[in-house]
Amino acid sequence: MEKKDKTGLWLTFGFIALIYIGVFVLEQVVNANHIVFTVLKKGAIYSLVAVSMNLLNGFTGLFSLGQAGFMLIGAYTYAVLTMPVAVKLSDSVYKYYDCAVTFDTGILAALICAGLAAAIFAALIGLPVLRLKSDYLAIATLGFAEIIRAVFQWGALGPITNGANVLRSYLDLTDVTIPFTDIPIPPTLFVFIAAGICIAVIMLLINSSYGRAFKAIRDDEIAAEAMGINLFRHKELSFVISSFFAGISGAMLAMFQYTIQASQFKSAMTYEILLIVVIGGIGSVSGSCIASFLFISASEWWLRFLDDSKYNILGMNLMRAGFRKLVFSVIIMILVLFFSRGIMGDKELSFSGLAKRLKRKKAGMPAKEGDGDA
Amino acid sequence: MHENILRLADITMQFGGVVAVNNLSLEVNRGEIIALIGPNGAGKTTAFNCITGVYEPTNGVIRFNDEIIVANHPRGKMKKLYAGENAAKYKNTRIMDPTPDQITKLGIARTFQNIRLWKSMTVFENVLTAKHMRAKQNVLSATLRLSHAEEKRMRQETAELLEEQDLLQYADALATSLPYGLQRRLEIARALATDPVLLLLDEPAAGMNPQETQELGEFIVRIKNKYDLTVLMIEHHMDLVMQFSDRIYVIDFGRLISAGTPQAVQADKRVIDAYLGVVDDE
Repeated sequence: MEKKDKTGLWLTFGFIALIYIGVFVLEQVVNANHIVFTVLKKGAIYSLVAVSMNLLNGFTGLFSLGQAGFMLIGAYTYAVLTMPVAVKLSDSVYKYYDCAVTFDTGILAALICAGLAAAIFAALIGLPVLRLKSDYLAIATLGFAEIIRAVFQWGALGPITNGANVLRSYLDLTDVTIPFTDIPIPPTLFVFIAAGICIAVIMLLINSSYGRAFKAIRDDEIAAEAMGINLFRHKELSFVISSFFAGISGAMLAMFQYTIQASQFKSAMTYEILLIVVIGGIGSVSGSCIASFLFISASEWWLRFLDDSKYNILGMNLMRAGFRKLVFSVIIMILVLFFSRGIMGDKELSFSGLAKRLKRKKAGMPAKEGDGDA
Repeated sequence: MHENILRLADITMQFGGVVAVNNLSLEVNRGEIIALIGPNGAGKTTAFNCITGVYEPTNGVIRFNDEIIVANHPRGKMKKLYAGENAAKYKNTRIMDPTPDQITKLGIARTFQNIRLWKSMTVFENVLTAKHMRAKQNVLSATLRLSHAEEKRMRQETAELLEEQDLLQYADALATSLPYGLQRRLEIARALATDPVLLLLDEPAAGMNPQETQELGEFIVRIKNKYDLTVLMIEHHMDLVMQFSDRIYVIDFGRLISAGTPQAVQADKRVIDAYLGVVDDE
């Protein structure tokens, strides 16, 4: 156990570094309005929220559908906190209300506050909800997410949330600078760094003693309890941590979009994230990341041409707005039929496994499926 | 030093109209191996579940090291249904209804009748995870690897425990890929990882052949001596029960029908009747 092969670990670090360098170079070379940046940013944000959902659904075995609600809390917290005071006091955003929040904060502080706000809500909701099991838990969390959305649109909270109107003019991705300096960070790179740090923390958690306790609860609750794992405490912990990162990803989504509105965070959004988790593989962090980029690329980029009515097949005007979604559903159905356990199953994309396999091949031994920490 | 490590007094467990355990009282002394036997459906596992906090008994008190850990008396709706004898006795006892993890923390570990290992985990992780309860760490220090020394100690102890049980060679195998007998032994190892003083074994020899059963008996005695344990086990293999237990409790239809040394119980007519049936007089 002690003498671990470090080759795989270095390969993983090298691969990740390569991605970051690639993103950095891409941003210097390609026009900033190219669709690829939309895909990369949104993909990274969805990766984070998908991984946070996977922590709950895949690793702790709690089938929760509250992700969009916690993203909404994060997005609003971020937007309200970073909107400059001058904007708040003018009529440009808060047209019908007098804004009650008369201060603003930096981006980093606001991101963390967004996570904390979502985590606090999750802790409160978790108290009653986590006593439920399986489907009932899903229904209850879905309900709470809808309630959160309704509350944020409520007129009485207008001085903070601006009622059902949009929030804008807050600090977005173009305002990000290196802390304590004025040097701007390229937007896509910032999204990658922020999401990367959060996903790394989740991975560290999953591979810690607490992560093992979560998996024990997923595998067999009765045995976990009998071995001294406090079910409620650990479920609550997983729920709160998952929501914390969902809140941060919500805040990043707000940064990415320039404007946010509560009505955008519908349950359909949760289903999109759930779809990513399922396609990537329940219980696989790298699977969630891969699936998220594939999903976003397909829906935002690769299948765009299907909506374009200038292409004609067999003389029929088949391709028109909405046709993309039809093709997309068919692809998903095929995926679910033939990859019923997702792209990665519960394995991780592993370079230590790859390194081992290469070594075995060199030694002439049969290659075995390797799983390790990617 | 407490002579009495576990004492059940009038433990009754009622499910609707069925009284699964009826006024069961038994004592387990430190260092003993006690067997709990009885025909199928006698209420043995239910008694275990009452001790380990899985069920809340309808009536009665359980003491561990002379301290009350579980206590209940019938109240409300149950009062009308309940048909037990000593319900009034515990009326003024404060109700104690701990969860299983609290019981385990006190030092009572158990195994299950149908093996309940964590399926997705390796042999090593199964034992390591059981050490989580007593680890001195919090979620932040564990995630940020600040409690690295603690993690290292847990891994060290797990390796020692597996070595001791002859399971170290399977450390990286999936727990469910082990042969049946080894899975049972792994479940015992996992229970030992929680540092218990009292070990409850629910049919440890189920599905084993006579030779494996004999080995298991010797294994139980060995770990009992090594870890200074007290063992309470449910078992159907009479050779194991007769050879290795100090005393035996026999229950039938939830009631205690006999108790004593293996020889005394073997000779008890009520026990023979319970197992072989009584000839009806026409």
